[in-house]
Amino acid sequence: MTNYVIIGSGAAGIAAAGSIRREDSRNKIQVITDDPFGYYSRPGLAYLLTGEVPQEQLFPFNQEYYRELNIQLVKGCVRFILPDQHQLVTSNGSYIQYDRLLLSTGASANMSRVPGVELEGVVKLDNLEDAVHILKNARKARTAVVIGGGITALELAEGLAAIGIQVHYFLRGERYWSSVLDEIESKIVENRLIQDGIKIHYHTELDEILGKKGKVTGVRASQQQKQVQVDCQMVAFAIGIKPRMDLAIKAGINTQRGVIVDEGLHTSQADIFAAGDVAQVYDRMSGEHVLDSLWRPAIEQGWIAGLNMTGGNYAYEKKYPFNVTRLGGLITTIIGRVGKEVLEENKPDGDADVAGIMRGDSEVWRKQSLGIVAQTFQESNRLRLYITPTYITGAIIMGDQTLSRPLQILIREQVDISPIRKLLLSPQYSLMETLLKFWEDYTKKNA
Amino acid sequence: MEMEKKMMIRKDNPYSNKLGTMLRETSLKLDTLASGYILPDEKRCVQCGICSFNCPINVDVRSHAMRGMAIHESKCLTCGECVRRCPRGVLRFVIHD
Repeated sequence: MTNYVIIGSGAAGIAAAGSIRREDSRNKIQVITDDPFGYYSRPGLAYLLTGEVPQEQLFPFNQEYYRELNIQLVKGCVRFILPDQHQLVTSNGSYIQYDRLLLSTGASANMSRVPGVELEGVVKLDNLEDAVHILKNARKARTAVVIGGGITALELAEGLAAIGIQVHYFLRGERYWSSVLDEIESKIVENRLIQDGIKIHYHTELDEILGKKGKVTGVRASQQQKQVQVDCQMVAFAIGIKPRMDLAIKAGINTQRGVIVDEGLHTSQADIFAAGDVAQVYDRMSGEHVLDSLWRPAIEQGWIAGLNMTGGNYAYEKKYPFNVTRLGGLITTIIGRVGKEVLEENKPDGDADVAGIMRGDSEVWRKQSLGIVAQTFQESNRLRLYITPTYITGAIIMGDQTLSRPLQILIREQVDISPIRKLLLSPQYSLMETLLKFWEDYTKKNA
Repeated sequence: MEMEKKMMIRKDNPYSNKLGTMLRETSLKLDTLASGYILPDEKRCVQCGICSFNCPINVDVRSHAMRGMAIHESKCLTCGECVRRCPRGVLRFVIHD
C-alpha cells in the first residue's frame, strides 16, 4: 500500500498523477489544491483576455479523464509538511499520511509594496481567478496602468487594450525586457505596442496608487526628476513571480531561489519530490540549478517525478528552454541562451522591471550567450542566433516564423552546423536562405 | 446555446474566418480541401484550446495536439483554421504527394 500525495493541480501535478496511475493502477493518489478552478491552461489566460477563447475552453480534460485517473481531489491548503512522520497538516487541522509526496505548488506573482495596492482595481494575472476578476473589472474601467515586464506585462497591456481600455505602460528603464531582448527587439515590440494605442512611459517609477472610497482613481509616479500623475481605474502588476516554497522551507528542505532537485526530481528530503515552477532543476549544460516557468518542462518534470514516485529511476534532462509567445502581437520564439549577462547565484537578472523570473520565462535565456552572434532584421522580422564553432546555442525569431521549427530542432538536437558557419557569419549571404537550405538538406538526409 | 456563445466571441474577432463560419452555420459536409493531414508538435502546445474552439466541424484538435497525434480523422476538412489560429505554431500541414 503506497499513498501518493500531490500538492498543486497545475501542469506538473496533473502530469505526475497521470504517470503514477500508468505505473500503479491500485494505490490512492490525492491531489491537494487551493485553486478553485483546478487544472486549466495557464498560458491560455492571455487568450481569454483578448477574447480569442472562452473560459470554458481552457479546461483540456473532462470529468471522465479524472474519473479514469481515479484521483482524489482535495480542496484546501497544506500548512505543514512533517517529513519524519510522512504527514501533512492541512489548514483545517486534519492530517494526511503520505508515502511519496510531490511539491508542485507552482509560483505566485510578486506584489508591489507601494501605498494603495490594497485598493479595488489593483490586479495581477496569476491564475484563472485573476483573469475572471480582470474581465469583470474591465467593464468599469476606461484607463489602466500596467507596471512590470516580460510576457505577462504584455499579456495584460494587450488584453486590456483589446477590451478597449486606454493602457499606459510604465517601464523603469529605457526599454522593454532588457535581460532577454536586445535593443532592436525591444524597439520592435515597443513600436507595435504604440501602434496598438498603448502609451509607454520610460524611466517611470510608480510611487503611489491613488484612490477614493476604496477604489483606484489614479497613480502618482516619478519620471526621473519630475512627478507625473495618470488618472486610471485599474492598475495591473506583472513584476515577476516567486516559487511557492514556504512549505518546503518550513520542512527543512533544501531551497535556494526554488526547491532544489536533482535530475530525478528528488528534493533533499527522502520521499519528497518537486516539479514545475517551484522546482529549481539541475541543468547539465551549466552544472547549475535553474528556474523556469514554462508549460512543457513542467509537464515533463511532472511525468518523471511521477514515474520516480512509483519506484522508477528516470532522469529529467533539462534541454534548451524554449517558448513561443506573442510580444506586441508579433509571434516570437526564444530558444536557449540569448542574454548578455553573467548569471550569478541569487542575482538572476538585470531587468529593472521584474524581480526574479516571470511566467513563460527561463533563467537560462538571460545567461551569457555562448558563441558569436549572427543576425538580421527587416521591418518587424528579426532573427538573432548564437553560433559556436559547431552548434547553434540560442535563437530569437520574431515575426516571420518560417525558421522557428527548424531552429528548435537544430538547437535541441545539437546539429553540427560547421559546414555553413562561415556563410551564417558572412553579411554577404542571407541568413534565412542559408539556414533554410541547410534545413532542407538536413531533413532530406534524416527522412 | 454553445453555438451562440461561440458566435458572439467570433463577431468581435477581426480575423474571423468566413469559410469556417459558413461551414459552422450550415453544417455543410464537404470533401476535404487538400490532400494531407495536420501534424502537431506537442512540445509547443500549451493546451489553450484555440484550435478546437475554431474547428468548424468540432474536431477536438487539442486532444491530438497535446499528445502529438496526427489528425487523420476522416471528418477533418484540412481547412487550416486551427493551423492559422494557433498562437504557438503547434500545428502544420503535411501534404500528400
